Amino acid sequence: MTTRHLTYREAMHEALREALQADPRVFLMGEDVGRYGGTYAVSKGLLDEFGPERIRDTPLSELGFVGAGIGAALGGMRPIVEVMTVNFSLLALDPIVNTAAMLHHMSGGQFSVPIVIRMATGAGRQVAAQHSNSFEGWYAHVPGLRVLAPATVADARGMLALALTDPDPVLIFEHVQLYNTEGEPSDEEASAIDIYSARVRRTGTDVSLITYGGCLPKALAAADELAAQGIAAEVIDLRVLRPLDDATVLASVRKCHRAVVIDEGWRSGSLAAELMARISEQSFFDLDAPLARVCSEEVPIPYAYHLEQAALPQVSKIVAAVKALL
Amino acid sequence: MIEFKLPSLGADMEEGTLLSWQVQPGDSVKRGQVVAVVDTSKAAVDVEIWHDGVVHELLVQPGDKVPVGAVLATLLAVGEEAPARRPEAAPAALAQAVNAAGAPPARATERVPESGIIAVAARPPVSPLARRRARELGVDPDHVHGTGAQGSVTLADIEASVRVASAPARVIAATATAAPVAVTAVATPDRQSAMRQAIAAAMSRSKREIPHYYLSELIPMARALDWLQQFNAGRPITERVLSAALLLKAVAIALQRVPELNGFYREGQFEPSAAVHAGVAISLRDGGLLAPALHDVATKPIEQLMRELADLVKRARVGSLRSSEMSDPTITITNLGEQSVMSVLGVIYPPQVALVGLGGIDQRPWVEDGKVCARPLLCATLAADHRASDGHRGALFLAELRDLLQQPQALAAADSKAIKPGDPT
Repeated sequence: MTTRHLTYREAMHEALREALQADPRVFLMGEDVGRYGGTYAVSKGLLDEFGPERIRDTPLSELGFVGAGIGAALGGMRPIVEVMTVNFSLLALDPIVNTAAMLHHMSGGQFSVPIVIRMATGAGRQVAAQHSNSFEGWYAHVPGLRVLAPATVADARGMLALALTDPDPVLIFEHVQLYNTEGEPSDEEASAIDIYSARVRRTGTDVSLITYGGCLPKALAAADELAAQGIAAEVIDLRVLRPLDDATVLASVRKCHRAVVIDEGWRSGSLAAELMARISEQSFFDLDAPLARVCSEEVPIPYAYHLEQAALPQVSKIVAAVKALL
Repeated sequence: MIEFKLPSLGADMEEGTLLSWQVQPGDSVKRGQVVAVVDTSKAAVDVEIWHDGVVHELLVQPGDKVPVGAVLATLLAVGEEAPARRPEAAPAALAQAVNAAGAPPARATERVPESGIIAVAARPPVSPLARRRARELGVDPDHVHGTGAQGSVTLADIEASVRVASAPARVIAATATAAPVAVTAVATPDRQSAMRQAIAAAMSRSKREIPHYYLSELIPMARALDWLQQFNAGRPITERVLSAALLLKAVAIALQRVPELNGFYREGQFEPSAAVHAGVAISLRDGGLLAPALHDVATKPIEQLMRELADLVKRARVGSLRSSEMSDPTITITNLGEQSVMSVLGVIYPPQVALVGLGGIDQRPWVEDGKVCARPLLCATLAADHRASDGHRGALFLAELRDLLQQPQALAAADSKAIKPGDPT
């Protein structure tokens, strides 16, 4: 891969196409992935190229087609199942959690479930409460799953192929606000992609901003604003929500001595809460200020634009949270 | 382990600043010994300790401001072993140690949580990192000024404190007398305004809470003055007794006969005091007022009272009073005789229940045997708390005071038991 201009959407599209070309066991299945080209236009043109056997439109039945994907994986295929958004994945919680995540354990290691499930997540598009949730933290709770949250174009381009090599179920969360973001992933970046570690996206010394997915651009913008005020924020992109890469997070906290976790999920019982707990457990004596977090307000995400924006983590909230620690 | 806590040195005192320690860890102390100097908003006060023991640990440093009741130091009781661990060790461990020593469990559980709670409440926020670094540097983080989140002490504060501390340390080493100067400097800057505020708070509370009633009585002073003149004749100036001492004694003995005026009104009830510790109002040269106690006035001979009064006035004015003198007065006596006002109607100093006001002793018209003649007279007033006493008892007190002053010789010699009610001397 050479350095070139790509959107996140294009990166996902290329990754899918590459995977389909590379391995005949790979197929894509989901609502509107074929003729419509994908709700977020990620799979546009793939039906023409790979045909209806490998690009399969499904009925509106997450329970059914996720279950079918698990069956295919058990049968030796490498399915990529697209659940249109995480909101609808609740209908498929049982096959994902009780079957995909646990079958390896329940079968005494006889069966693995090498399925990749992609979902859009997050808010900010004025599609109201039932279409604006960020439940990736729920899945990060479950042993047996690997949960990825590519936040950059390079990760969107590179993570899928690695997910397909994993013998166990992998969930990929694509924040809806990221599809139009652009990047120029370099060869260096591409070769450094993995699906087990967090990344330092910006180095700093005064405070660690720990985030992932759709909040990464906000954290980077906040770091810019803080830099203008003489505060050097380090930005950590978790990338992998399960299993969490404690080492990268703790190394940053041990350097900066202050940390703010930014997570679009609701704060109670959130991934942010888990991160704060781990920092407290493992780096308490490195902290020079209380831990802080910026999460979504604990309300159903509002439809009205100004209320929706007010409910979500924002650059100004991150800046304020940092300044309260200094 | 005995906890030495900052006593309340007057009803208006909420906190104090430690100026200096007079003892070091390992020193043996005796009940009544002055162990520290504390700056209240009114004065630098020598604080006494009320236990015998050995100083174990000083928990507050000079310059620290702490609330009344804060533990200033810990003492080992006579014969008590030093604990193996520092007091901030887990209360559970302390409880176990006490149990192992065979003390009744009830006492252990009673003591331990109390000290634990106080320690937690008084501890300023120090970040975990700052606390760790402080340990490395040998700095006490609880005495470093915090600039971090929620006023917490941060790593930067700890490191800055080390830089600041090391710079002046060299200066002090170079000038041997620097230390005591630095200590008194802590107290002075806004002493007057702080004292004004303290007086304002106490007097406002008094007028808000205490239903005062006022009585006054003109007292012929010819016999008392004659007796004093004879008593002082031939004595050097330093040993002469002034009328102020005689008046204090008379007030104290009169109070023993009307005990409703001597004591404290606290939590809805009056607590009489057996001893009379007269709070002597002393005006300070820079303005402001103190009323430290002259202890056990009723039982002391007049010469001793005079010496103690002179000493008390002197020490009040240079600001070296003892904690018991600040906290013990059971009544206040204000004497404005030097200004030759005729009478003073005072404001009671809560939680006391009475104040005796003494005007000047002057030649004034007096009717005797149907004739007007000039006599030295004193106008004595009583301001008293109607919750604790009634006007009838107040009047009895002033009458007693008047009668006692007509028999100065007996008064001067008396301890409280010598003059009985109705005693014809």
